[in-house]
Amino acid sequence: MDRTGARVRQRLALTMLVFGGVAVAAVVLGPLVGSTRISLARVFDRSIPFAENTDAQIFFVARLPRTLAGALVGSMLATAGVVFQGLLRNPLATPFTLGVSAGAALGAMLAITFGWSLSWLGVPAAPLASFAGSLMAVAIVYFLATARHRGLSTNVLLLAGVTMNAFFSALILFVQYFADFSETFRILRWLMGDLDISSYQPLVTALPLVIVSFAVFAWLTRPLNLLNLGEDAAETRGLDVLRAQRAAFVSASLATGAAVSVGGPVGFVGIIVPHLVRLLVGADHRIVLPASAFFGAAFLIACDALARTIMSPLELPVGVITALIGGPFFLWLLVRRT
Amino acid sequence: MLRAADVTFGYGDRIVLHDVSVDVPAGGFIGIIGPNGSGKTTLLRLLAGTRRPQRGSVVLDGIPLAAMPRAEIARRMAVVPQETHLAFDYTVLEVVLMGRYPHLGAFAIEGPRDIELAREALTSTGTLSLQDRMFNTLSGGEKQRVVIAAALAQLAPSVSSVSSASSAPSASSAPSALLLDEPTAALDLKYQLETAALVRDLHARHGLTVVMSTHDLNLAASLCNALVLLKNGRVVQRGPVDDVLTPDSVRELYEVDAEVMRHPATGRLTVTPLGRAGGHG
Repeated sequence: MDRTGARVRQRLALTMLVFGGVAVAAVVLGPLVGSTRISLARVFDRSIPFAENTDAQIFFVARLPRTLAGALVGSMLATAGVVFQGLLRNPLATPFTLGVSAGAALGAMLAITFGWSLSWLGVPAAPLASFAGSLMAVAIVYFLATARHRGLSTNVLLLAGVTMNAFFSALILFVQYFADFSETFRILRWLMGDLDISSYQPLVTALPLVIVSFAVFAWLTRPLNLLNLGEDAAETRGLDVLRAQRAAFVSASLATGAAVSVGGPVGFVGIIVPHLVRLLVGADHRIVLPASAFFGAAFLIACDALARTIMSPLELPVGVITALIGGPFFLWLLVRRT
Repeated sequence: MLRAADVTFGYGDRIVLHDVSVDVPAGGFIGIIGPNGSGKTTLLRLLAGTRRPQRGSVVLDGIPLAAMPRAEIARRMAVVPQETHLAFDYTVLEVVLMGRYPHLGAFAIEGPRDIELAREALTSTGTLSLQDRMFNTLSGGEKQRVVIAAALAQLAPSVSSVSSASSAPSASSAPSALLLDEPTAALDLKYQLETAALVRDLHARHGLTVVMSTHDLNLAASLCNALVLLKNGRVVQRGPVDDVLTPDSVRELYEVDAEVMRHPATGRLTVTPLGRAGGHG
């Protein structure tokens, strides 16, 4: 009966333990799955030189960066989804369906295709341009959301998302014309959402964006709860609504930019993961956000493991798997809501 | 304790309030009445500080709202909106605990004391048995009582025993204010009476200062001790209920002929509309 005391604290600790455990298990098991069987014992066998140890090479060069990319991208897209949903007070809002991922993809494509080399505070051009692209898309969503005071209706949200996706896709195709012909195939895979990065470099360069957005997310958890009451009601509870909204928009854009610069616009992670997490732990953002970060990581690693093995030895882009799961899931949610 | 001095406010070019002044004494129960579109809700928003007047000022406990941090305002004054919809499934207790927001630091988590205060608030509004229900599954009247409970939890003293970064011993000393925006407009008769009884009881027991906007004259007459009559964004009349609630003022506000009588059972004024002013009804 006694659910008093440090109720939130206990639930938070339990969530971190369970979901964190699932995420760690996924990171450990992820690199073992693939078309070639490898043995963990051989991977860590120091007596074999690295140059001759193919198991270690596959583990450290091909699969571990890919698994970590899955963790990072899954985690960022899932939490960005939670933040957009809380901010727009609509469970169907996600970086992908709002067209924010497409904006980020356009930014990253521009930077890669034209070989931009600027950097800022140690963050190179691709993640920066990706962030700029998502911020631009988010600015449009923000304009639409504030033009109507009662939050964004599902109709407007879906239509705006479809329009933004079509618009940015057209621009992406346009930019693709300027790309080297040999690059086209790689770009196409990346645009479908692909974690095959074969190096740790993209992870390292995206890391500053990841750290900043997670720090802001941690501060945002209670403001997102209050925003659920509506802007005026949240303000009368003592929240600086404008500041919270701006922080949410910018940090969710950062997270989307970081994710897309690494793995391309992987779809539907931002809706599947938060929805399942809410079914399990309730609506409190203090629990939902960290749980989604962990579960998003595990979910995308699992999807990628599937993508690597389902047509072995061919490897599918992970975006194909998430879209095959997420499309029907999204439609089911939509039908159930109306 | 709460005073609006010559406030003017408009949305775009449309001026909604013209030089309106309202003075709410500590412990008072003020009704803001008027027809739809008279500016009641806007006036309440200005008093709550969620909109800033374009001219004039709103002062709470001697300090202009514009110069007071949001959390400080929230510790002294709570607002109950007409209706509350949530996009996600929060439990009743979670909704009431949101009232503790202005008492906690940025990363703090509600402690046992906050939960105790939330439970006390639920008890005062007769909703303790609903604490683990999903807010979205409640009836309109239940929701309204839970939102009032959240307002009470918000106004409860900020002496949280756990890591509360509260900087204000104020709330315990100064009386608190509760602003209600047409609290019964979306409810059916039974819940209207229930909510009215609850608000009257809270005013009496907790010594709250209450400001309520409504277009329901009988509700205003049964609860308030003074009224501000608003029409087209201007104050038409103000004063104790018995002085300002007359057939003349009702005609001026609503263009309706009405009889105003003292009800033999309740001792309160009651308004009975007779027809449209000018003898057409």
